[in-house]
Amino acid sequence: MAFRNYILVCGGTACESSKSDDIYNALIAECKAQGVADEVQIVKTGCFGFCEQGPIVKILPEDSFYVQVKPEDVPELIAEHIIKGREVERLLYVKEKKKHAKVEDIEFYQKQFRIVLRNCGFIDPENIEEYIARDGYIALEKVLFEMTPDDVINELRTAGLRGRGGAGFPTWMKWNFTRQASGDLKYIVVNADEGDPGAYMDRSVLEGDPHSVLEAMVIAGRTVGSNQGFIYIRAEYPLAIRRLEIAMKQAREMGLLGKNILGSGFDFDIEIRLGAGAFVCGEETALLASIEGRRGMPVPRPPFPAVKGLWGMPTVINNVETWANIPVIIAKGGTWFNKIGTQDSPGTKVFALTGKIRNSGLVEVPMGITLREIIYDIGGGIAHGKEFKAVQTGGPSGGVITIENLDTPIDFGSLTKLGSMMGSGGMIVMDEDDCIVDVTKFYLNFTVDESCGKCSPCRIGGRSLANLLEKITKGNGELADLDQMLEIGQAMKKASLCALGQTAPNPIISSLHYFRDEYLAHIVDKKCPAGKCKSLISYYILPDKCIGCTACARKCPTGAITGERREVHVIDQAACIKCGVCYETCKFGAIEVR
Amino acid sequence: MKEESAFPKELIAFIDEWKAKPGNLIMVLHRVQEEFGFISRESADRVALMLDIPLATIYGVISFYHFFKTVKPGDSNIQVCLGTACYLKGGDALIEELTNLLGVAEGEVTEDGKFSLEGVRCVGCCGLAPVLTVGGEVFGKVTKDELPGIIAKFS
Ligand SMILES: Cc1cc2nc3c(=O)[nH]c(=O)nc-3n(C[C@H](O)[C@H](O)[C@H](O)COP(=O)(O)O)c2cc1C
Ligand code: SF4
Ligand code: SF4
Ligand code: FES
Repeated sequence: MAFRNYILVCGGTACESSKSDDIYNALIAECKAQGVADEVQIVKTGCFGFCEQGPIVKILPEDSFYVQVKPEDVPELIAEHIIKGREVERLLYVKEKKKHAKVEDIEFYQKQFRIVLRNCGFIDPENIEEYIARDGYIALEKVLFEMTPDDVINELRTAGLRGRGGAGFPTWMKWNFTRQASGDLKYIVVNADEGDPGAYMDRSVLEGDPHSVLEAMVIAGRTVGSNQGFIYIRAEYPLAIRRLEIAMKQAREMGLLGKNILGSGFDFDIEIRLGAGAFVCGEETALLASIEGRRGMPVPRPPFPAVKGLWGMPTVINNVETWANIPVIIAKGGTWFNKIGTQDSPGTKVFALTGKIRNSGLVEVPMGITLREIIYDIGGGIAHGKEFKAVQTGGPSGGVITIENLDTPIDFGSLTKLGSMMGSGGMIVMDEDDCIVDVTKFYLNFTVDESCGKCSPCRIGGRSLANLLEKITKGNGELADLDQMLEIGQAMKKASLCALGQTAPNPIISSLHYFRDEYLAHIVDKKCPAGKCKSLISYYILPDKCIGCTACARKCPTGAITGERREVHVIDQAACIKCGVCYETCKFGAIEVR
Repeated sequence: MKEESAFPKELIAFIDEWKAKPGNLIMVLHRVQEEFGFISRESADRVALMLDIPLATIYGVISFYHFFKTVKPGDSNIQVCLGTACYLKGGDALIEELTNLLGVAEGEVTEDGKFSLEGVRCVGCCGLAPVLTVGGEVFGKVTKDELPGIIAKFS
């Protein structure tokens, strides 16, 4: 029997944390209670991407888009929308007094183009039938029965797909190396380590559409001549691991994984291996060492894993997002794919848009879109009416992009030209309250923590850079420190063994290029213009604004604020620990940071 | 409370199943930590024996990976995200406040053994920054004022 309505509930980790599980259960109970259980299908899907507004409930066929739904709202949703056919206005997504009922009306989705996230938010990731219903495993069938390995490689070549894990290496070339390598034992590996803090697209793909990755792995196995795949995934992603396990089990039951796949005589199976919280293990040679059960230390390349990888055997290793593109390319053809995006980088890219942006979330856009479109049209601009300062891409290996370059069409090449890089797709928006020196220090501390310590340029150089930044933010910086940082950075770029060390200085080089003034303010004027570096700021009470309400004095943890009721208060600078509580507390804007 | 060195049947079965597979050590250590919440000296000894891997190699691996713990965490482990998105939205202020509220530093366990406090790198919910997790439950867009309530919920 066909259902009258379909209710889709976001079941990604982000929304699960905002009680989407309770909503799902309430929907089931309420449909029963109101007697429509037989007419309505309720589906728990993967992430819709619009995390800012979660949890999200979508009702088909009307395509009504309800945001920030609470379990208490469920009875009304069923009684009004399902039974009476009237949309529940107060829960529809509202922007500037216009209500947006339909997905295609929402600016957050308008400029998006979904290939990788095609199924996220549309299917129940725990039900293989739903993946199949949306053309799932069609590509695999094609590869098994209609295409030769050469055809597959040619299709990827025509598509021009470049690896989405950061470096942008052409995928067809990797596969071709492994295919041509001699030996019967070859491996297929999925890099799901997703170490860049601030990126979470791989997690969403695995949680929302695990079969797209499994299907692609079997295709690769058939193409390069491998019968065994591994998915290396961070242990911090338990929901993604569970959904992968379910997907693998269902695929085996349907003969899409295991022995003699679909009767073709081809065998392929997959095993999950867990990461254990080491950023460097996202680097491919370190990752392979980790699968082998060892400490995850990179080794020099060449030889590349494509030729000599896991246990010394030829190994194809690709990023999750790269994998998710493959079935679509095979099904729709390389020519179709190549028309999307730019010549340098065909296709789309998923970005995790976070930081001081109004609509945080996951967005998938064609390459060649401008940052302005992403930040303003999709992201809704800067939150709380603040001023845009910069956007950081490429995570700890990348750099900042400033307002002058917001109109550059972005792809692998153009971001590198701007002194940043694509990286895994983290896009962190900063506003006037963020101090560029402080954020740079954050990245350097991260790489110092995560350096495996194998080679000295990274181990010692990284530490020195972090120390110099610490010195500057403490107000002890000297002008010579700037040149010294650049010198150390150049040495690290040249002499480090792996890309972690080679790219660690990038945030410094880039921020010094675009924000030299701000470094100078810290060093010469001993001021932090953003008011972030505690050693360089003081809090003052403005006498003409203070009405003597005593709110700040009551909250100050050190009792540094004195003053009679209804009289101007003062801060004892010697006692102040610069916690900022008074600044947050004062309702009259009487506290100033200098 | 479970005897720390006593491996239950299921754990032994898991190790037996993985024994013959190359590169099994990290998977076995994960399973041991899942069982006890950390990897004690006794557990490491036992794994060394069962897999026939030198204890030094095992400690080499445990110390390399941040995820493995050698001290018993509190009944509820609080992880505050210090990834980039959360850092910009004040994740460090959350950890500072928790340090005050719980009276322990990052990486420590409260005297009554109820809570442990940890800073972690990105839990993958950056859209909800700042984020913290307690015993695996995720809390998003957390403000300092909400912290006492969250702690009370797990006390
Ligand atoms: C320090 C470091 C961390 C990395 N982390 C990741 C990661 O988390 N995920 C990923 O897919 N690639 C990561 N990479 C890139 C991988 O080494 C490799 O290029 C990628 O898995 C290749 O897949 P692709 O061709 O599909 O991009 C990292 C590289 C370095 C140097
Ligand atoms: S560059 Fe850093 S992370 Fe890479 S091998 Fe050297 S020490 Fe290890
Ligand atoms: S910044 Fe903190 S310590 Fe200083 S006066 Fe304000 S409340 Fe008190
Ligand atoms: S940075 Fe905190 S969840 Fe990603």
